[in-house]
Amino acid sequence: MQPTSLEQLEEEEAKDSFDVDVAVTNPEKVGDGMNAYMAYKVSTRSSLPMFRSKTFSVRRRFSDFLGLYEKLSVKQSLHGCIVPPPPEKSVVGMTKVKVGMDDPSSVEFVERRRAALERYIQRVVSHPSLLQDPDVREFLERDDLPRAVNTQALSGAGFLKMINKASDAVNKMTIKMNESDTWFEDKFQEVENEEQQLRKLHALVDSLVNHRKELCGNTAVFAKSMAMLGNSEDNTALSRALSQLAEVEDKMEQLHQEQAASDFFIFAELLADYIRLLGAVRGCFDQRMRAWQRWQEAQSTLQKKREAEAKLLWANKPEKLQQAKEEITEWEARVTQYERDFDRIGMTVRKEVLRFEKEKAKDFKSQIIKYLEAMLQSQQRLIKFWEAFLPEAKAIA
Amino acid sequence: MRSVSVDLNNDASLLIDIPDALCERDKVKFTVHTKTTLSTFQKPEFSVPRQHEDFIWLHDTLVETEDYAGLIIPPAPPKPDFESPREKMHKLGEGEATMTKEEYAKMKQELEAEYLAVFKKTVQVHEIFLQRLSSHPMLSKDRNFQIFLEYDQDLSVRRKNAKEMFGGFFKNMVKSADEVLISGIKEVDDFFEQEKTFLLDYYSKIKDSTAKAEKMTRSHKSTTWNFFYLFIFLTLKLGKLSDLFEKLRKVEGRVASDQELKLTELLRYYMRDIQAAKDLLYRRARALADYENSNKALDKARLKSKDIPQAEEHQQQCLHKFDKLSESGKRELTGFKGRRVVAFRKNLIEMAELEIKHAKVSNIMTGSHAERTHTLLD
Repeated sequence: MQPTSLEQLEEEEAKDSFDVDVAVTNPEKVGDGMNAYMAYKVSTRSSLPMFRSKTFSVRRRFSDFLGLYEKLSVKQSLHGCIVPPPPEKSVVGMTKVKVGMDDPSSVEFVERRRAALERYIQRVVSHPSLLQDPDVREFLERDDLPRAVNTQALSGAGFLKMINKASDAVNKMTIKMNESDTWFEDKFQEVENEEQQLRKLHALVDSLVNHRKELCGNTAVFAKSMAMLGNSEDNTALSRALSQLAEVEDKMEQLHQEQAASDFFIFAELLADYIRLLGAVRGCFDQRMRAWQRWQEAQSTLQKKREAEAKLLWANKPEKLQQAKEEITEWEARVTQYERDFDRIGMTVRKEVLRFEKEKAKDFKSQIIKYLEAMLQSQQRLIKFWEAFLPEAKAIA
Repeated sequence: MRSVSVDLNNDASLLIDIPDALCERDKVKFTVHTKTTLSTFQKPEFSVPRQHEDFIWLHDTLVETEDYAGLIIPPAPPKPDFESPREKMHKLGEGEATMTKEEYAKMKQELEAEYLAVFKKTVQVHEIFLQRLSSHPMLSKDRNFQIFLEYDQDLSVRRKNAKEMFGGFFKNMVKSADEVLISGIKEVDDFFEQEKTFLLDYYSKIKDSTAKAEKMTRSHKSTTWNFFYLFIFLTLKLGKLSDLFEKLRKVEGRVASDQELKLTELLRYYMRDIQAAKDLLYRRARALADYENSNKALDKARLKSKDIPQAEEHQQQCLHKFDKLSESGKRELTGFKGRRVVAFRKNLIEMAELEIKHAKVSNIMTGSHAERTHTLLD
């Protein structure tokens, strides 16, 4: 089949290069008590020649994922790259798991974390530049990975603090940037707005999940009460119908549970991911500002050096004059370099943002389809339950 | 709502309905409309304004009428309760500053719908009370019932007088001595023995179920509200898809209110009706106790050879009253059984059919959106 446009050609090329699939599975508790931790199996499947084989797997713990992020963000964000942020630390959640509680909320916590880690690493490997990073390859392939040490700072709050610190530095800049191209300003505003909106949306979905869980509990309690009433009923057919109703309500409770899980895992987690990602996007805009600032400061230093040289022309100190000339040359080079850096980072940021938006649209779409399909299933089961009950109700005499 | 008590308002000789009602701050004014062919009424068709307290007055006078001791007096309608929508309306007012004009308008619309639903429910429950009276061969002829329907002045003056006369004495007695007396009596009649055992047990179970159903319904409604906030918000993000969520929420809302009407209201109504049946059992037990006491008094009189004719007379009266109550009671309780089963059947069928209908509608809407989403979000 002949591709008919450049776009299509690029798309097909893109499909080929992203032939990397990573799964995070099999959470297993290692060790006991407060030193215990969860180890996950990270399995990679790829036809790319850069890997040691087509399929392979390693075991990683949560701090390894955080360590990877730390390495990547130090290197890549300087270039204006959007580095996907990892899921958040949770002292409470993890403590319960360590202490060995097997209750449903701990199970849910581990599953939530596993899914979030999977999404995180899948986003990293889908990024063309990050995939090339040796740290990423090491993370996927190396059997014994040295433990990451600086992960204390990387709790959820810590990550946000980092981003906000960068923003503060930018805000305190004395020289205001004169944007020749309003694209950056507009886009930044867009990103900030969207982040705000997603936060609100996330809070609403959270609230919905909680209310559904409450409904579950109340439905289960009601079902039991209905069963007791059915037992008490002296009309045989009605007694039977009431017991059947109790069973239907029990099934409804299960449906509500599943719906709540769907709301949460599909919807709420998607929103949480993107709130973090938008923070990372803001971060790379800030990196560009810093690059600009560096350039401006170099220009101002160059200016001062030129003024100093001019003064020395009148004094009669030939060595100092020579030194001043050398410094001017050095700073001229720097100014050129920083200007080039600034332009390059600007281009990268633009490309990254466009890629991000595409990925986001794809992500949202696929999650929403998943959500709708789960809803369809749920509705069909509901219909079946009530259709089974109806003859029982009609049989009352 | 009508299906909590089937077969009402069928007799053309006395037709009652509440076509209209007004809500003034805390008070609801019902318009009670009567159409009749009976000569006991002054006009063939007329309407009067009545308040909730008037219904309570009527109920209490019926309960306190000796002649009706052998009847199940239809339970009094509960007080109109606008607590929930009023609270939400208040919150809406507080949150007005943080909402867009559209959001506020939509929420207000929703709240007004909820208000209306509560309003409709209270009108119907008051209507059913009157219709049960008009459908009853004895109660429909009650003088106070007629006054309630016809008297075109404010009833509150009459109400106050009645309260002073009876002082609510009997009612308090019933509440406190109820269970003990009914369970303590030695029953000679198998029918009543069975009924007593059944009703006492069933009452406690249905009371529990009613409370749990109410909690479940409240949860269901607040989930729907949550869904609503979510929808308002999604309009910003997902454009066309938010249409689906809004439609789903509306259906979900209907499911919640259908479940409330068909299940929660049904349980609530029969819980009160069973209490009324228990009250009948109480009165009969009281009559039996009186009869047994009169026997003892007669024995005593015979022993002392004093006042024998009075004692004999009294004993005969007590026996007669007890027999009358038993006969009437048996009839009423048998009728009640049938009525309850028919009502449950009707409501459970209707509930199941509505659940199926709503789920099918939701399914179709979701299905068509799922298909379109493949092209929608590109």
